[in-house]
Amino acid sequence: MDPITRIHSRTLVLPATDIDTDQIIPARFLTTTARAGLGRHAFEDWRYDADGTPTAHVLNQLDPGDHRILVGGHNFGCGSSREHAPWALLDYGFRAVISTGIADIFTANSLKNGLLPVVVDEPAHRWLLDNPGAEIDIDLEACVVRLPGDREVAFHIEPFARYCLLQGIDQLGFLLAKNDEIAAFERQAGPDVSAATNPN
Amino acid sequence: MVNQAKSMFDKIWARHIVSPETADTPAVLYIDLHLTHEVTTPQAFSVLRDRGLGVRRPDLTLGTVDHSSPTTTAGLRGIATADTPQARQILEFERNCRDFGIECLGLDSEHRGIVHVVGPEQGATQPGKTIVCGDSHTSTHGAFGALAFGIGTTEVGHVLATQCLLQRKPRSMAVNVGGVLPAGVSAKDLVLALIGKIGVGGGSGHVIEYRGSAVRALSMEERMTVCNMSIEAGARAGMIAPDETTFEYLRGRPRVPGGAQWEAAVARWRELASDEGAAFDKEVELDASALAPMVTYGTNPGMVIPVDGRIPATGDDPALQKALEYMGLEPGAAIAGSPIDIVFIGSCTNSRIEDLRAAAAILRERKVAAGVRLLVVPGSQAIKRAAEAEGIDAVVRAAGGEWRESGCSMCIAMNGDSVGSGKYSVSTSNRNFEGRQGAGARTLLAGPATAAAAAVTGRVTDPRELMV
Ligand code: SF4
Repeated sequence: MDPITRIHSRTLVLPATDIDTDQIIPARFLTTTARAGLGRHAFEDWRYDADGTPTAHVLNQLDPGDHRILVGGHNFGCGSSREHAPWALLDYGFRAVISTGIADIFTANSLKNGLLPVVVDEPAHRWLLDNPGAEIDIDLEACVVRLPGDREVAFHIEPFARYCLLQGIDQLGFLLAKNDEIAAFERQAGPDVSAATNPN
Repeated sequence: MVNQAKSMFDKIWARHIVSPETADTPAVLYIDLHLTHEVTTPQAFSVLRDRGLGVRRPDLTLGTVDHSSPTTTAGLRGIATADTPQARQILEFERNCRDFGIECLGLDSEHRGIVHVVGPEQGATQPGKTIVCGDSHTSTHGAFGALAFGIGTTEVGHVLATQCLLQRKPRSMAVNVGGVLPAGVSAKDLVLALIGKIGVGGGSGHVIEYRGSAVRALSMEERMTVCNMSIEAGARAGMIAPDETTFEYLRGRPRVPGGAQWEAAVARWRELASDEGAAFDKEVELDASALAPMVTYGTNPGMVIPVDGRIPATGDDPALQKALEYMGLEPGAAIAGSPIDIVFIGSCTNSRIEDLRAAAAILRERKVAAGVRLLVVPGSQAIKRAAEAEGIDAVVRAAGGEWRESGCSMCIAMNGDSVGSGKYSVSTSNRNFEGRQGAGARTLLAGPATAAAAAVTGRVTDPRELMV
């Protein structure tokens, strides 16, 4: 993964609250066994009519390459655990999602793929919703969003995930390096813990 | 004095810490049971192959196929030669399980079914365990006093390779449900009412423990229905302390300890319940006695009202306006009497034998209304056989409904079973998101009796009217 320190782009605003992962990537596209190419179907049912005609949705009016920061309504990414949702958003062109609340599993999945989940306070969110297309800066090193007019809004990202993103490393390596500790844990674990699931 | 009392969640969490959480790093949490299925694993197996890694504990891993599997006999027969993405996904999963030494309850297994139905049925789900699956409804397994939660595909790879996850400890929430559920009101109604009360983000960042007299009175199947929907309140997990009901359900199941080990296991499991006075970060109260059958009218499970209630006025709430526009329903109108097109009885929320019995009790000696389609999809092949032994399949068929093989089916509409654009479905599943049951589908979530009542009247109906 490439290191991420800063994202500078215009925003694309989807103000609806509770945008769930079925909207981000409808389930019928989950039959893939790869992770590439899902951007084509991101928000498919918002972007296309039943007969495949593009709708007038804002997503169809803006160039994804110029709008890499998605501002969504509260509780973004709720619903299923499908990692296909951040895969689709990244493939579509987004690099960050900003909201007042982002669902737990979606957050975890995004952090593992280099899509920044940024939770900001209500006033900043209101400003972003009211100013679609604003050119803003997300600074992962300082954990601040910079809005026009030198306004800075702090955000929090789980420190280990942030470290991995800044360094461009994945978390699996960290876990694999724990092999001896895991083996020791398995040896001393009491009954019930790590008990085989296969028929006795 | 510091409060030494521990919650069940605290106890299970502490017991699975390989290395503790610090300011810089999350805890390394050990996973006792990893359930897997065809949709959220292929990319994880690819990572293992790319990096030359094996599965650390295939003996703690169990696979089955559900999301993409056909529910018709013709579909099943044709799968080996069907050149569809669904067929390829299933066959690739079965191959991955073989290659990595994972036991797979595949398409030809008589034990297969929806992953969250199969785990408990097989006795793999047990109290005190940490259980994960690449699926958000993994919260179902918390009904046994396990800590069970959904993960993404990258994390599926982590667990396959290391049997561990990096996790920060979530906060805790107690949901105290007092009183007694009135006749004709189900566990589904209880959990829908809770989500209506706290909202679809109300449980975010929390592990819920359901407590109180109404919870203790629930059967295991009902407890699973409640814990299943925890994620629809945004919660990380839901759990219920194990008790005699839990032990009776598990006794004699294939994967539970046998003989003298059984008594020892039960003794340990009894210790799991939260200590008297354990602290929770948040507490919510609900009175079961005041509940009625519930039905959703909008596009998330929190948009829910009693079946004899009215759809709220939208005011200047854009989310509600958008939802009602999608649903084609009028603000302020009664929900009862709304015409419907399809009834789906199934999914990991309500596809177990008690659910099918509740539906059959309404369907018996009645007919599905003209123009309405009824689909009944058991949660597993074992449930299907049990239901057939009781004649439930005959009741469904006599009423004019379709009786299918097990799978997720119309809950997620990945396998071809879908509602159709603009059509209304009353569904016992867990999500009424736009397009969840197929593009343009309009879903009303409800319990099995309410769904069956809608099938016979062709309208949203209070099931209690048909129960006399
Ligand atoms: S039945 Fe529905 S909610 Fe349950 S696992 Fe299958 S698709 Fe997911």
